Amino acid sequence: MKFSTIVKGIWSFIRRDKKAMAGTFILFGLLLIAAFPNFFTPHDPAAEVYMPGVGLSWNHILGTTSFGQDVFSQLIAGTRQSMMIALVVGFLCTILSVLVGITAAYAGGWLDDLLSLMTDVVLVIPTFPLIIVITAYLKSASFWLMVFVLVVTGWSYGARQLRVQALSLRNRDYLLAARARGESSIYVIFVELIPPMTSLIVANFLGAALYAVLAESSLQFIGLGDISTQSWGTMLYWAQNNAALNAGFPIWALAPGIAIALLGSALALLNYAFDEIANPALRPVRAKQLRAVKS
Amino acid sequence: MRYLVRRIGFLLIALWAAITLNFFIPRLMPGNPAIAMMAKFHGHLNPASLHAIEVAFGIHTHENIFVAYVQYIGNTLQGNFGTSLSNFPNSVTSVISKALPWTLGLVGITTILGFIIGTAVGAIAAWRRGGVLDSVLPPVFIVVSAFPYFWIGLMAIWLFAITLNWLPFLGGYTETVTPTFTVSFILDILNHAVLPAFTILITSIGGWILTMRNNMITVVAEDYVKMARAKGLRPRRILWQYAGRNALLPNLTGFAMSLGFVISGAILVEFVFNYPGVGFMLLQAVENEDYPLMQALFLLITVAVLVAIFLSDIATAILDPRTRNQE
Repeated sequence: MKFSTIVKGIWSFIRRDKKAMAGTFILFGLLLIAAFPNFFTPHDPAAEVYMPGVGLSWNHILGTTSFGQDVFSQLIAGTRQSMMIALVVGFLCTILSVLVGITAAYAGGWLDDLLSLMTDVVLVIPTFPLIIVITAYLKSASFWLMVFVLVVTGWSYGARQLRVQALSLRNRDYLLAARARGESSIYVIFVELIPPMTSLIVANFLGAALYAVLAESSLQFIGLGDISTQSWGTMLYWAQNNAALNAGFPIWALAPGIAIALLGSALALLNYAFDEIANPALRPVRAKQLRAVKS
Repeated sequence: MRYLVRRIGFLLIALWAAITLNFFIPRLMPGNPAIAMMAKFHGHLNPASLHAIEVAFGIHTHENIFVAYVQYIGNTLQGNFGTSLSNFPNSVTSVISKALPWTLGLVGITTILGFIIGTAVGAIAAWRRGGVLDSVLPPVFIVVSAFPYFWIGLMAIWLFAITLNWLPFLGGYTETVTPTFTVSFILDILNHAVLPAFTILITSIGGWILTMRNNMITVVAEDYVKMARAKGLRPRRILWQYAGRNALLPNLTGFAMSLGFVISGAILVEFVFNYPGVGFMLLQAVENEDYPLMQALFLLITVAVLVAIFLSDIATAILDPRTRNQE
């Protein structure tokens, strides 16, 4: 299978599936905002110069914080960090999952036993408490540190899934034929084994990205990230620390949560759609088919 | 039997990994953070507990690291976690034992409840394929699963506690009341548990529904289910005893796997509601730089998850003869 045919296949699938289409649309919009935040912000997100605690108004669409910052501008400015975390952690986790999962399945024997054991152990140790412990010692986690911690704790689920699928493909005739032709292992893995697994790999990327977004915002919320950065999680941290809900600025705490959920849902919708490619039985039953079955 | 031995072996290896992480993480950090902690508590602690902490975190000791490691494992296995620095002179164990019942009550009950309800709803949704439940639930819970757990808690507080003023939202019981074993106090506890329980339930139930639905769809298409229909068995019997029982198996494994996520969410829910459980205590320990308490809590949470996974493995073996015979 050629790479371009895979991309075309994925695109034609996205075009037909409503969930995938919605996810792609939201993701693209957020990417645009993350790339050019200055184009969308009406005010300086860091400036504490506006009237504090203003409600919804024309000048401040989502009101202001109790420090006198514009909530909407902060929301826009915070998009970049969540997107970056999602993409970078999703990408690195996927690479690690593919590396471990496929090596285990392809090599077999003691290496498989060892890698599978490692995967299972990382999988069962509760990640969030572990992240808390690691970042607690470091006081404040910078962007790359957060990436590191999230990747180290987030690769195992994908590795396990990919290993299972690679195992089921390993003894198919076309792979045996490639080996019989005398192709190198690298060739067999990259040209014959990985392409049919694309939809599962993409689903894993999306799952890891979703995990990263939620874990990062949680870390920021409890103040273990870097509270001086512009992000949705830090907005929630400051809102919570200034009792935004009791003090009558609910939007300050409401808006970033909705933003996180918007990005999260886009990833989750796409993920679900790719699960449906991997398992056709899950695809929604069309009304026509239902009628055909019933009659 | 062989299956059981393998699962026990895995439990022990995972436990060892968690204890080892606990031992090495503070030692791997740049500029051993425990030294700063020691400086802060110097003069507040007696020399014996200071020394215990020095050994536990590897400060000022010229001991071989392997000797310290073996000692650490020994202490951990005996449940000896030292003194809590923020609750001096109470031992870590006694501090934790006060928080544990709250978490077991709140998180334990809501997790089991969520699993049972979610599994049942998922099975019914798949059974009536294309019905209202089947078409509405998946998209709704995909979106819900994308919200941060703690944010759902914040919104529940804002809506039900602050705006509508229906329920309390801080702590496990009313602070001004002295805990007694009376009906009114128990009602007070339940009243305080409603919002956190609701938050955990809402955020965790979607996972159970979706996985059960997806398993069930695969199982319903199997020949033996068609056979059961052809025999004219009552649909209810086919749903629960034929299809449901088999679809439940992967969900049990999933239960074990996602328990870590539920616990993570519960930590934040406890934090948002100031609920006096283990998760809230963990974050307080972080804030107070009470590292002995923090490490013991991490280990406790890990052990709880590992034991739950082990129990679900046993349940799988009881429900599925194939697991027992597999080599």
